[in-house]
Amino acid sequence: MSGGGGGPSLMDSLFQRTLDDLIKGIRIHTPGAAQSSFISKSLDEIRREIKSTDLQTKSTALQKLTYLHSLHGIDMSWAAFHAVELTSSPSFIHKKTAYLAASLSFRPQTDVLLLLTNQLRKDLSSANQHEVSLALECLSVICTPHFARDLTPDIFTLLASTKNFIRKKSIACLLMVFTQYPDAVRVCFKRLVENLEASTETLAATVGVFCELACKEPRSYLPLAPEFYRILVDSRNNWVLIKVLKIFAKLAKLEPRLAKKVVEPICDHMKRSEAKSLVFECVRTIVSSFYEYEFAVKLAVAKIREFLLDTDLNLKYLGLQGLLLVAPNHSWAVLENKEVVIKSLSDVDRNIKLEALRLVMSMVSDDNVVEICRVLIGYSLKSDPEFCNEILMSMLSTCSRNVYEIIVDFDWYVSLLGEMARIPHCQNGEEIEYQLIDIGMRVKDVRPELVRVGRDLLIDPALLGNPFIHRILSAAAWVSGEYVRFSRNPFEIMEALLQPRTNLLPPSIRAVYIHSAYKVLSFCLHSFLLPNRTANFLSEFVDMEPDFTYSESERELPETSGLSETNADNAKNSSSSLKKDTFTRESVVNVLTLILTSLSPLAGSHDVELQERVRNLLGLAQLAQQEISYHDDHKEKMVDRDDLKTSIIIRLINDALSEDFGPVSLSAQERVPVPDGLVLEENLSKLDIICADVQLPISKSFSLVVRPSFLQTDGDSVSSRQNEEESETSAAESTSLLSEHRKRHGLFYLPSDNNQNTSTGFPPANDPNKKDNDVEDLVKLTEESLALKRKSNLARPRPVVVKLDEGERHPITVKKTQSNDDLISGAVRDVLLGNEASSQSNQSSGRRRGKTLSKVDQGSESKDNMENFEIGNSSKRRSKHRIHGKDKKHPSPGNNVEGRDENGEINKKKSGSRHGRHKARQRADGGINVVVQKPVIPDFLL
Amino acid sequence: MIRAVIVMNDQGKPRLVKFYEHQPVEKQQEIIRSIYGVLCSRAENVSNFVQADSGFGPDTRLVYKTFATLYFIVIFDDSENELAILDLMQVFVETLDKCFSNVCELDIVFNFNKVHTILDEIILGGQVIEMSSSEVVKAVDGISWLEKNPNSILRVPKSLSGWQGR
Repeated sequence: MSGGGGGPSLMDSLFQRTLDDLIKGIRIHTPGAAQSSFISKSLDEIRREIKSTDLQTKSTALQKLTYLHSLHGIDMSWAAFHAVELTSSPSFIHKKTAYLAASLSFRPQTDVLLLLTNQLRKDLSSANQHEVSLALECLSVICTPHFARDLTPDIFTLLASTKNFIRKKSIACLLMVFTQYPDAVRVCFKRLVENLEASTETLAATVGVFCELACKEPRSYLPLAPEFYRILVDSRNNWVLIKVLKIFAKLAKLEPRLAKKVVEPICDHMKRSEAKSLVFECVRTIVSSFYEYEFAVKLAVAKIREFLLDTDLNLKYLGLQGLLLVAPNHSWAVLENKEVVIKSLSDVDRNIKLEALRLVMSMVSDDNVVEICRVLIGYSLKSDPEFCNEILMSMLSTCSRNVYEIIVDFDWYVSLLGEMARIPHCQNGEEIEYQLIDIGMRVKDVRPELVRVGRDLLIDPALLGNPFIHRILSAAAWVSGEYVRFSRNPFEIMEALLQPRTNLLPPSIRAVYIHSAYKVLSFCLHSFLLPNRTANFLSEFVDMEPDFTYSESERELPETSGLSETNADNAKNSSSSLKKDTFTRESVVNVLTLILTSLSPLAGSHDVELQERVRNLLGLAQLAQQEISYHDDHKEKMVDRDDLKTSIIIRLINDALSEDFGPVSLSAQERVPVPDGLVLEENLSKLDIICADVQLPISKSFSLVVRPSFLQTDGDSVSSRQNEEESETSAAESTSLLSEHRKRHGLFYLPSDNNQNTSTGFPPANDPNKKDNDVEDLVKLTEESLALKRKSNLARPRPVVVKLDEGERHPITVKKTQSNDDLISGAVRDVLLGNEASSQSNQSSGRRRGKTLSKVDQGSESKDNMENFEIGNSSKRRSKHRIHGKDKKHPSPGNNVEGRDENGEINKKKSGSRHGRHKARQRADGGINVVVQKPVIPDFLL
Repeated sequence: MIRAVIVMNDQGKPRLVKFYEHQPVEKQQEIIRSIYGVLCSRAENVSNFVQADSGFGPDTRLVYKTFATLYFIVIFDDSENELAILDLMQVFVETLDKCFSNVCELDIVFNFNKVHTILDEIILGGQVIEMSSSEVVKAVDGISWLEKNPNSILRVPKSLSGWQGR
């Protein structure tokens, strides 16, 4: 080799490091600074060497750079031109180095990519098969629409190569070409199909390509079913059979008659084959696509069982996966293997444990949820932290599916949530927090139990040390404050909320604690100062929502050591009368002292939210303490508690706090009739754009708002609503999420209304009759849920779970099929079925092809044609003959067309490729009017 | 199709990296790191499959196999069979063994180009094209001969013409 230009270049050539030297150098230097400085030094050398005119020097430099790029992540985009340059070297090893560099580093964006086109074409038609294979390998990785379009004729030629070596590679490469340039299908598809018939070594590559194509859009390949069937029966190559099975798994879903035909041979393979891979593929095909065939499924399940009992963990894992596929249609299969599945939960292999967990979850129903959860909790205690949380998460998500569909006994579920919180590794605080609050709002009957669970969590000082469950504690604090009226001992909760270890909590959660303490205090003061009003209020509450409160008070009766049972009024008052006894003057004074002593230091907290809350609470406590101790001195005046300043304030606060949160339908706002004279569209049309990002966060389909106030009796709607909103705002800040949402939307929400579908039936926003509507709604809700209930023999009926009319989850919009896939399959149909039409449409204008070929036209046209056109019996073979015939007929007019075309370079190509290219053009043009018909499966198969 | 083939040692150093779809090199390095993180946390004698959704989208899987100090990793989607891919890895390793006679990590370290050549004879564009290791060895031998005889690009040695003419 002659070393061309100047001194440094000659030196570089003589003393150039080889790739081996580079690798040794890297290995000598310790990883870190020394190594990276060595690499950057070598890079400097490479930059110099690669510019050398000596091809050997250049090639070695490129080789080193490729190595650094591939294994050390060094950028080599700057060297792209050198790689292109080297591909044209006459030396095979240089060419190989250059192609390797290209296929490892080129991207569709690489700017010199187009320069490679000619060299690729040259090498694709080389007489040396290894050069051809280098070009094919490179093309299969870096293929762009441009390459695919320009090189389709060359690939077409290679598809008929006499050398298997070339043919299999060009077939494999074809997949990429089709994906990049769907029109290539019109040229090459026929030869691809021919390779399917020739039972040679290229078959593996061919079925591989068909498998990929059929995965994207199976329908177009139905006409080829006889070919695939023949392979399924005849072939003894496991690799080929696996791919064919995968194709049939797709096709059988479209054509039931096909399923009937192929299920037998598949079972034969399953029985006969020694290869586990093939057996598993048979099993998978049967259970996912042929699950109606009982005998086949039985056989498959037997095979699955063999896998499950195998000592090879890979087989066991796949067995579990197979079982998971069977589960939706044949739950007996899972039950049969129950022991193996449960035992696998404590397997050493994480994969197996996860699959087993999924299987267990697939077995859950409302009958066995309690039992299964008990088993799972046991396993979660024994498992490593990671898997423990997997178990908890899947329990939480399964139980909460479809608004707690499978939960009948909510008391049990709430205590299960409490139990989960105490599992040492539990890291699902956020989900448990969400569910505790969610259930609190949706299921009224469960609130007393919820408060009990919350209390148990709050009074345990040990839990405060675990940061993972702070979120759960936050929920516990919130329910304890919000539903304090169900608490047996509010003072205990107050102590828990103010215990010294709460300083371990982050400020945001501590703020929830303080606010809950505020609610508890106002409840205590209210019960103490205004016992009668409390009773009144409670009875009012009962009137308002008879269903829920009635059952609540019923349940509390035994607890209150039996006051009167029969009288409804007494029942209503029972809880308050209980509390009246506990709210002694002394206990209230103690609470006030506790608050003042423990919170005073916090009044100067740097966290704004916390400071604000503490000051609110301290203010209330100080006021109450002053007045109560004042009356302590003047006992005679104590009688008239109602007139105290505190009482007045407490009354106001309590009115605000005692309103209930409830879920609200997202569509609630739509139900508000537009008042006359208000033109929404005109003024607010731009609001959509502004609100777009605001509305995104509402992933759940409800938000939290106060139900319309039933305390509101006067007609002064506007001002009272505003007051209401203010008080609501303060009440709702218990969690930041709630408040944030509420501030934005609180004003706009109305209660959900299931049964008023007619547009005229919408109640006005401030209808005085709304109270009645509300009651009616709840009654209807109750009735609905009763009607839906599946089991009547339950000890206790399932409590009402408030749901909203809309589906809780938004339907997932089906992703549009990739247009490229459409184009490919469209082209495939044309090739297989639409020959007559395409010859008719040859006259259609010589439209510029390529990307401009409108897919819209093609798509819509072919749909129309699909309906209009029907060829009775188009067997595949017959169509193929037509293709042959057409090939012979058309070359000469094609030459004319091409001669006129501006892409004159094609004329330099040898006739074979020009022929192919011409055909591509014709088909592409024809494609606009090409007739697509329903694939008809030839009768001899069926 | 097969999305990627990676060979790395038990220290997480990549020895062979081949992606069959465009991935920026930074992403490749990131994927290799995350795969190593998963693999070294797995005990010995457990199953060889890992879900690879994070780097490659849904339904992609990863099969790995350890040979001495090396992890062989193949990432593929649902149009491949897991057990067949395990067989394929066996073929790949057998071929390496034949080409380097008793392959060890150092062979792979110092034969960057040849390992790529071998892999390219087995997988092309994410499709498996050859499952017989003896066929692959023949092809690789042919290529090596061409590499050593740079001036005789069109001349084919007698000993090799037999199989080339098929």
